Amino acid sequence: MFEYAPAPESREIVDIKPSYGLFIGGEWVDSLGEDHHKTINPASEEVLAEVAWATEADVDRAVQAARKAFATWSALPGSERAKYIFRIARIIQERSRELAVLETLDNGKPIRESRDVDLPLVAAHFFYYAGWADKLGYAGFGADPRPLGVAGQVIPWNFPLLMLAWKIAPALACGNTVVLKPAETTPLTALAFAEICRQADLPPGVVNIVTGAGETGAALVNHPGVDKVAFTGSTEVGRMIARSVAGTRKKLTLELGGKAANIVFEDAALDQAVEGIVNGIFFNQGHVCCAGSRLLVQESVADEVLDALKRRLSTLRLGDPMDKNTDIGAINSAAQLAKIRELSEAGVSEGAERWSPACPIPDRGFWFPPTVFTGVAQSHRIAREEIFGPVLSVLTFRTPAEAVEKANNTPYGLSAGVWTEKGSRILWMADRLRAGVVWANTFNRFDPTSPFGGFKESGYGREGGRHGLEAYLAV
Amino acid sequence: MVSTTTAPFAEVASSNATLRAFLHGLPGVDRVGADARAAMLGTRSIKTTAKAQAIDLAISMVDLTTLEGADTPGKVRAMCAKAAHPDPTDPSVPRVAAVCVYPDLVATAVRALDGSGVKVASVATAFPSGRSSLEVKVADTALAVAAGAAEIDMVIDRGAFLSGDYLKVFEEITAIKAACGDAHLKVILETGELATYDNVRRASWLAMLAGADFIKTSTGKVQPAATLPVTLIMLEAVRDFRLRTGRVIGVKPAGGIRTTKDAIKYLVLVNETAGADWLNPDLFRLGASTLLNDLLMQRQKMATGRYAGPDYFTLD
Amino acid sequence: MSERLAVRKTYKLFIGGAFPRSESGRSYAVTSSKGDFLANAAKGSRKDARDAVAAARKAFPGWSSATPYNRGQILYRVAEMLEGRRAQFVAEVVDADGVTAKKAGELVDAAVDRLVWYAGWSDKIGAIRGGANPVAGPYFNLSTVEPMGVVAVVAPPAGPLLGLVSVIAPLIVTGNTCVVVASERAPLPSITLAEVLATSDLPGGVVNILTGSAGEIAPWLAGHMDVNGIDLTGADADLAVRCEELAAENLKRVLRPAQETVDWLADPGMDRMTAFLETKTVWHPIGV
Repeated sequence: MFEYAPAPESREIVDIKPSYGLFIGGEWVDSLGEDHHKTINPASEEVLAEVAWATEADVDRAVQAARKAFATWSALPGSERAKYIFRIARIIQERSRELAVLETLDNGKPIRESRDVDLPLVAAHFFYYAGWADKLGYAGFGADPRPLGVAGQVIPWNFPLLMLAWKIAPALACGNTVVLKPAETTPLTALAFAEICRQADLPPGVVNIVTGAGETGAALVNHPGVDKVAFTGSTEVGRMIARSVAGTRKKLTLELGGKAANIVFEDAALDQAVEGIVNGIFFNQGHVCCAGSRLLVQESVADEVLDALKRRLSTLRLGDPMDKNTDIGAINSAAQLAKIRELSEAGVSEGAERWSPACPIPDRGFWFPPTVFTGVAQSHRIAREEIFGPVLSVLTFRTPAEAVEKANNTPYGLSAGVWTEKGSRILWMADRLRAGVVWANTFNRFDPTSPFGGFKESGYGREGGRHGLEAYLAV
Repeated sequence: MVSTTTAPFAEVASSNATLRAFLHGLPGVDRVGADARAAMLGTRSIKTTAKAQAIDLAISMVDLTTLEGADTPGKVRAMCAKAAHPDPTDPSVPRVAAVCVYPDLVATAVRALDGSGVKVASVATAFPSGRSSLEVKVADTALAVAAGAAEIDMVIDRGAFLSGDYLKVFEEITAIKAACGDAHLKVILETGELATYDNVRRASWLAMLAGADFIKTSTGKVQPAATLPVTLIMLEAVRDFRLRTGRVIGVKPAGGIRTTKDAIKYLVLVNETAGADWLNPDLFRLGASTLLNDLLMQRQKMATGRYAGPDYFTLD
Repeated sequence: MSERLAVRKTYKLFIGGAFPRSESGRSYAVTSSKGDFLANAAKGSRKDARDAVAAARKAFPGWSSATPYNRGQILYRVAEMLEGRRAQFVAEVVDADGVTAKKAGELVDAAVDRLVWYAGWSDKIGAIRGGANPVAGPYFNLSTVEPMGVVAVVAPPAGPLLGLVSVIAPLIVTGNTCVVVASERAPLPSITLAEVLATSDLPGGVVNILTGSAGEIAPWLAGHMDVNGIDLTGADADLAVRCEELAAENLKRVLRPAQETVDWLADPGMDRMTAFLETKTVWHPIGV
């Protein structure tokens, strides 16, 4: 046997402080409250640092700082704003290894992914939107589109720094200032980003980072001084936010949950389809809103595809996220692990058949093996509810029309996958799938130039591309 | 002529039409997806004990090759000495799997390697272009076998393949296989001329159905020669062929593999595609020449902790 | 000679291409801006709203997959039919708004011109709002715009024809279907417009018009789980907040009422179309 020896990335490169305050008005300040919480490495449960959970008064300070900065930031020539954002992009590239390690420690995702996916996309996103800052008049939103003001941004824990980039880069390019709240379980890269803003000499108050949990987020979203609310997270919280901004003049964009169908036809390039299925649901431990969590496979090739999939899953390497050869890292939190377990148990009790490869699970930390459910019916909870974990539900179909019907039979509409070698069928399917992103013969690809966002209960607005500017302009 | 065809596919080669239907019925290959998979596997980090193991494994899989017009008995004898004892200062270094030479130099190699355990492979069938009559190709093969070659590396007729005459390719392989006798047959697809991954998959199956013991990427005379994605597709083919027939076929990427890092990427590819069963010189070879010294240098680096210099390794 | 007694028109609802009475059997008296009785309009109920949503949903697959050229032609046809009934609309606008016949004529002309303007957008909005994205990798990446589905509309209370046309046309030209709650005070031009729509090759169910109380009907539409978007242009502040809260239940796209009174004669821009379009992005590898 060819056993890969451990190949751990060094954590020496990061310098985590024992405790962090809030980043407001370009300075590190202590919270006005006393609420401090530990952020842990989900792979080991080791405490990484202590962070403040910002109070309403802290959020108010941050919004005021952003408001104060807005006057000058929005008045800067676009070309000057662009240079700040380019500078940020460059610093991220320079410090990408450090940031990748930090992301992996705080999030539990494999270093291979934070290094090869998250960080390159983060830098690319800032680089892309930097270029827009002095070209907004060409974007199709009028000759001189104006920023909205202060953006309150709340981001999730699955791609902490990437979601920060998706929020902050377009906001700043358009001339807004921001108050961003990272997720309570993954604050560290956002706090590192605050340092990057200082290294870039970004004017104080243009970016403010307030750490905390739901209450801090609610205080930010509900603050009357916020002109724009951008949220990525669960549909449940998205609904609450939509309700809370009702009747205000706040502009709202939401990027919420999904239950994407990944549809494999009998004439697909099967080896690549299997890779696409694996990448679709096991990338980032399935903590992906657009994950291909429902595999719809044509009955005529169902056995063949499942055999190949199971064989492939047996090669996945679960374990230390810092090991460069790890494919499946840790589940981000105990709470998320409990949710995945609960839904998986529901799958078993509703009659689906559960399978996982032989897979040693580390003693400490939060882990869930890659799991496949077969014999799943549309009515099962595991076919309807977003699990947000490494759990795939397999359903079958007979005809293209049935595939479309099943794929669309969900309140969500974020993404979908289609695997077939027949071009006209791809376009027919893409036309009928009610989803904001359709990956044909690929899955889980992202690019700053490409708009991303959902139909129906997967939220509204698009992030990325020219479309992503609209969320941050008064149009 | 179809006697060597594996049982479940006995009817496949009954005509060019059935052969074509079968080969075109294989699942397609998406180039971007295959490239991405190969690239991802290329990021595996093989360190310490795993690296030491991989280096020795790679050395034992090398088909040390010289296929030049300027080859001479002297050159071949020197290479054979190197093949049997890659590092004369270190007897713990394994010997390579085989040497690979032109048919007229087989006898020289056989004599030089007598008792070493290193096999002698010969290219044949109007290598590298394959542009000759079947009679000449069979004679070419017979000559090499008679001279003592244990392995024959034949080239397929790419012209026939690309023009859709799959049966001609099939029958040539079966004829050469018959001429091989006990010698193992490696079928060179020359993937650089097949142009698409779909063709690589079809040619792999065609060769396996016709009785190949090994499928090999390239002659080394055409660019691109071996690549990770092409080898990935061939490994998928041997994996699937075993699942459907029970027969185990070897794979040999050849050409362009120059560094230890490259070689280890191929081993990772084998390990995670066809599986660990293929990780031995009976089922996986690396067709190379300069690779061997890099493997030796890396091996020495691991043993001494110092970076090695080329002047300390022989250039045979 | 006694003066001839006029034959009055019965104003009903417009659902699925038909003109039913309200299932509730209710009606309400509509008066002119001067307070004169004009007609009894149907007072639509929540069940009428439910039926209208079902009709709009049924019409959506066909209408959204019609070619943009076809949709443009049908909108142009609506404009032609409206022009042909110019005198009738002028009279209704005079009654409803109390404006002069000259002003009413301008408003009707503007409504016709608005339809023609939007008709031309049918096969252009996709090119303006979609396109290929230059991603950093071997992928073809194309964004297209698509209609959202069924959109509920609270029509503006003022501008009973021009306002109405200005909210309906941008929705349907892109392939959405809609359920419109007409101006409560001045609903009669909306039903006459329905007669135009019914005779203009527009498939039944693409536009459904309910007369009655917006405060009563709109919340049912805002909370309806099979409605994808809601245009609150004509809702007052309280109703708008209530509807927006209800709309959050299935995350409907909401077009809020403008802060100032809308000038319906001004260039409308693309906003009313884009508010109810979804962007779909399709990726495909490029390789041989």
